[in-house]
Amino acid sequence: MSDMSVHAAVHGAPTSFIRKYVFSLDHKIIGLQYYALALVAVVTGMVLSWIMRVHLVWPNAPIPGLGALAKVGAPGGVVTPEYYLQLMTMHGTLMVFFVLTNAPFAAFGNYFLPIQIGAEDMAFPRFNMMSFWTTFVAFCILISAFFVGDGPPLSGWTGYAPLSAVGKDAGPGQGIGQSLWGISIFVFCIASLLGSLNFIATTLDLRTKGMTLSRMPIVTWAWFITSCIALLAFAVLMPACLLLILDRVTGTSFFIPAGLNVGDHIQPHQGGSPLLWQHLFWFFGHPEVYIAILPAIGIVSHILICNMRKNMLSHRVLIYCMMAIGFLSYMVWGHHMFLSGMNPFSALVFSFPTLMITIPATIMTLIWLGSLYGSNLRINSASLFCLGFISMFVSGGVSGFFLAQPSIDIYLHATYFVVGHFHMVMGVAAIMGVFAGTYFWFPKMTGRMMNETLGRWHFFLTLIGTYAIFMPFHYLGLAGNVRRYSAFQDDFLVPLIPVHKFITYAALFTGAAQLIFIANLVYSRFKGPQASPNPWECTSLEWSTPSSPPPFDNFGGQHPVVHHDPYQYGVKSSTGDYIMQTSPGPGAAS
Amino acid sequence: MRTSNPFIAVAAVVLCPALMFAGTISGKVTYTGTPVKQKPISMAKEPSCEKQHATPINTETVVTGANNTLENVVVYISAGGDDGSAPAQAVTFTQKGCQYIPHVIALHTGQEVHVVNGDQTSHNIHPMPKSNPEWNKSQPPGAPPIVQKFDNPEFISVKCQIHPWMHGWFAVLKTNHYSITGDGGAFTLPNLPPGKYTITAWHEDYGTQTQDVTISGNETKSVDFSFKAKAY
Amino acid sequence: MGGKIFAVLIVIIALASAVPIMNHTFLGASVTLPEDISTHGKAIDDQLSVTMKEAGISFLAAQLVLGLFVWQFANRKGATKTFPGGATAMVIVAFLFVGAEVLALGMVGSKAWGMVYFKPAASDALPVQAQAGQFAFYFRYPGPDGKFGQIHPDKIDEGNSNFFGLDPENDIPARDDITAGELVVPVGKEVNLMMHAKDVGHSFYVRELRIQQDFVPGLDLSVHFTATKIGKYEIVCTQLCGLGHYNMKSYLNVMSQEDFDKWLKSQSN
Repeated sequence: MSDMSVHAAVHGAPTSFIRKYVFSLDHKIIGLQYYALALVAVVTGMVLSWIMRVHLVWPNAPIPGLGALAKVGAPGGVVTPEYYLQLMTMHGTLMVFFVLTNAPFAAFGNYFLPIQIGAEDMAFPRFNMMSFWTTFVAFCILISAFFVGDGPPLSGWTGYAPLSAVGKDAGPGQGIGQSLWGISIFVFCIASLLGSLNFIATTLDLRTKGMTLSRMPIVTWAWFITSCIALLAFAVLMPACLLLILDRVTGTSFFIPAGLNVGDHIQPHQGGSPLLWQHLFWFFGHPEVYIAILPAIGIVSHILICNMRKNMLSHRVLIYCMMAIGFLSYMVWGHHMFLSGMNPFSALVFSFPTLMITIPATIMTLIWLGSLYGSNLRINSASLFCLGFISMFVSGGVSGFFLAQPSIDIYLHATYFVVGHFHMVMGVAAIMGVFAGTYFWFPKMTGRMMNETLGRWHFFLTLIGTYAIFMPFHYLGLAGNVRRYSAFQDDFLVPLIPVHKFITYAALFTGAAQLIFIANLVYSRFKGPQASPNPWECTSLEWSTPSSPPPFDNFGGQHPVVHHDPYQYGVKSSTGDYIMQTSPGPGAAS
Repeated sequence: MRTSNPFIAVAAVVLCPALMFAGTISGKVTYTGTPVKQKPISMAKEPSCEKQHATPINTETVVTGANNTLENVVVYISAGGDDGSAPAQAVTFTQKGCQYIPHVIALHTGQEVHVVNGDQTSHNIHPMPKSNPEWNKSQPPGAPPIVQKFDNPEFISVKCQIHPWMHGWFAVLKTNHYSITGDGGAFTLPNLPPGKYTITAWHEDYGTQTQDVTISGNETKSVDFSFKAKAY
Repeated sequence: MGGKIFAVLIVIIALASAVPIMNHTFLGASVTLPEDISTHGKAIDDQLSVTMKEAGISFLAAQLVLGLFVWQFANRKGATKTFPGGATAMVIVAFLFVGAEVLALGMVGSKAWGMVYFKPAASDALPVQAQAGQFAFYFRYPGPDGKFGQIHPDKIDEGNSNFFGLDPENDIPARDDITAGELVVPVGKEVNLMMHAKDVGHSFYVRELRIQQDFVPGLDLSVHFTATKIGKYEIVCTQLCGLGHYNMKSYLNVMSQEDFDKWLKSQSN
């Protein structure tokens, strides 16, 4: 395949500011744009979660400034029950779509996938620009829901019909805000489809000479596998959103059955099925979890190998595991719907592949741990976040044992156990991967080093904080604490409020600790020490570029030729204990 | 005769001799037959409200008094009278003990209604009008009153979905001549200049009845309404 | 330095996180779980305890090994070593142990599920209809005639206590139907709960009863259970249904058969 690599310059260097930084065709700028968008989204989402946490434990306390921002939702700064749910919906949607899909996949993938395979840009630079700007439009549409009619939607990031489909009759937050949500996700799907097609085409067609598929770094593989998953997943969510919008706007009945009396209004619908929405949504929704976590797995493995100064026991087995997870992720969506009235036998059918995902996940964990044995592990902010990722991946993973079993799900479904589970494994673990990637690749992206001391403080405070937030969620769940409640007033919930107070303090603390990261990011961008082209002594192609950040065409008019498997560490060479993929001459046996 | 201009209003009061000989219509609303027995409301899901009632309160769809009298009937002048203008004074509609107090309020188009939460729990107030915009807002305990008005006359059913048993009515009228029957089923419509009027009595379950009455001078006319009770 | 801090920290976090797991395993499930008042609940609790053990061991082992290796190998210099057995050993271990665990959990674990969902309700089970609507549950007993009246969504009038939209004027079986704001059941008698959603999706959850089941609009679902202990337990909604979701609750009132009969009689007039 390698001799088929395309080397023609895909487009000329930009000259104007607008073409260079705004409507850029350069995959690196687009990657940074995705990163910036994810950063805005994550800060917004985190602030929303703060408001939610504060409201949960001090329900009648006015939140300073909120009264002016949300006159309807929070009169006098006191959050109303519907506003809590609206914030929750926006938090989930922002985090899942605009942070967990964008940051580890679109942002880093855009920046580094072409470089790692020795390409000058993506296969379709214009598509690439369109992907980002379409995502941006989706983001703006979603945020605009804060400022319309009765505010953003409140049916959760899962948007279950018929609550999300019947419109205003179902109460506040079901007006135009819910329609905007559907449109936003629809547009987001278009962007993701374009993006993942582009990733797949780039990986298959633009590899430089010598870059066989088996010589691709593990993270390149992760983005490639994720693209394949995303292509199938978003292709199902997109029509689902379209049908939802049609139900809301044109009066069709895809998700609404006959005979509903919503808010004393008989619904003029018949023949639809709420389960249809759940099937379509979760057919996307479960693979989405892996769209968030696989790139993080790739990033973490890639960084760890470099910092361990030796290859994983087998990075290929890790890649096979990712493929297995990607494949299985399409057979398990029904485990979100055990209690939704499907045929009870189908619960067992969905339960088995779900439990089977444990096997590749365990193999991966064992390989990470076994590889740490006997390594020369370099401790820095990036590698610490990788270790944090492994810890979180395990913690969030083992709770999946419980939820994968329908009989236990009867008790734990829709409790904080689920919330703790997916926040740890999909939220925190993936974000730790993003942090690791940021500390690791920042020198390449900006030409400057990040501050190591601040980075370590950031890591340790984040590790403690996130465990303090999400571990107790599991125990709340075991006590039957149901989720998506804006206040805890039931007799069995009131005694749990002290635990919630602890969690709220931990959330405020952890959120504040992220300011260290933001400060480090901004400070280092302008004042950080100059970075050498390969500060971590890594072997993959992104560290072979002539400068940091790489020139417009990545390799300064050169076409790198790959001679080795990606991870040649622990060998004697002229440069030290590693051999670059591009350096000619013998490498270690693979 | 519209009196939206305060100057004209004052002039009318001073100059119009008819007002000095204002008439009054009064009477009683009764029912015939046997009304459905009202059912006790279970407030089990809201203990903070349940404990405010020593014995469970009943539904208020049909509230009767002694001698077959009927309460919560809105009696108003539907034709022949002046439209009047929206009083500056707001009408208060209170949620207390997970009940609407009063069960029925009447207000002028454009007049403010202040919805007050006197409970330790959140309510949502959901009026379901046909010719006014529908709204649905929640009101946590201690939140300021919700202030709203309605521009078109109609009888609006008001509900709280958090406590589905709560049901009240906003009678939005284009007149200030109205009366709501209380204990004893009596109503009074005072200060009516001479003229021919149509009086309408409205009950949430039994519907409406009208009668024509002519007032000539300073007199009190007696008008009674009688509704037929529904068996179910 | 950073590596040792991480190693110590992760061990502390792991041990602290495991305290409730230990409590559950060694002091008994009653420490972490609410009491169980159902006939099938023990099967769920047992399954949960087994899973807790397996998950607890996996969790602790992984975190402690992570801490240990980081402590041992952070900033180490010299030639790197390979874990004995390499990747092949890892794959074999994972397949053997986790594969066996998956099979065991999957097979044995479906027992409790089967008790609730594979077996239909007994023919003499007490039929009760549950209706979920924004934001309250209502329950209906068929009355002396043993027949439920028909539901007419357009006749629902909660302010007048017609929660199910019955039409007693034209529908004779509806006349003796008994509706209540709480679910009253006799102790030790199987209940066949028929689920009806009035508007959007809801869910029926009684943690002591170890029962959770969605109300899905347009689907006639049912779930059956036997309560074994007299008392009052909270029923809550666990499917996001709108602004009042947090306040959508009712009570499961388990009575002796005599009290239940008395209650039913007092409701029927």
